[in-house]
Amino acid sequence: MISKISHTCIYVLDQDRAYDFYVNKLGFKVHTDAPMGEGARWLTVTPPEQPELEITLFLIKEGGMFDEATVESMTTLIKRGTFGSAVFTCKNLLATYEELTAKGVVFKKPPTKEFYGFEALFMDDSGNWFSLVEESA
Amino acid sequence: MVTIEQYDKIYLYRRIVKAKLFIDERFTEAIDLNNIADQAHFSKFHFIRLFKSVYGLTPKGYLISKRIDAAMQHLVEGFTVTETCLMVGWESPTSFAAMFKKMTGRTPSNFQHGENERRKAIKNLPLKFVPNCYAESHGWTNSNFEEV
Repeated sequence: MISKISHTCIYVLDQDRAYDFYVNKLGFKVHTDAPMGEGARWLTVTPPEQPELEITLFLIKEGGMFDEATVESMTTLIKRGTFGSAVFTCKNLLATYEELTAKGVVFKKPPTKEFYGFEALFMDDSGNWFSLVEESA
Repeated sequence: MVTIEQYDKIYLYRRIVKAKLFIDERFTEAIDLNNIADQAHFSKFHFIRLFKSVYGLTPKGYLISKRIDAAMQHLVEGFTVTETCLMVGWESPTSFAAMFKKMTGRTPSNFQHGENERRKAIKNLPLKFVPNCYAESHGWTNSNFEEV
């Protein structure tokens, strides 16, 4: 029986920029930042209240499973905002929206009452988008 | 579509967020939380209640948590406990160490030692920290790092 998720992955176009976005803007914590040789880097972050879930900021770069054509396709799709990568939750959506906006985070949908909850959508620095939902009381 | 009621709340929360961002920027200084409440045009009671409803901590609790987070980073970077204490705006190393232990469950020196060991392990055998499926997809194998 599967018990939980330990790692998940977000494909990014630049790990330095992604570090700044996820750590300094979203407030995530760095779990592991390890050089892997030849300029490669294993970078994982955790949501502030979920230290056991490592989110890998996985660089799209030629090598391993990515050939040149795949890198080009993935880069285009990410920049185009094709991928909705996760649903994050917060205690207070309006306040979180205000704070993230003040920090320069771009929202593609402001806080909106939907039939399934109170939700906003924001983009990361690469082009991945995320749903941000207020936790129900 | 944001409703008028939501706009009212947004302006209210904007003041709370501004106070929180002020703490984020100035947490190493001697911050007077009463003064922040005044500047945000709240009574102290109202300010604390609203801040806690948004961030889950009182402003004072948040300030402490921010300082301890920064202290962890400084300790990882190799600063001594006393240097770290002063860098994050704490006056007494003794009360700093006690609060650090209360918040993290470890003394500052114990935390620093543990992190140093972890960093050494990451440097010596980084693949131990990478799930194999990801390592293989990158083309990272043990032979790449055995001699590092």
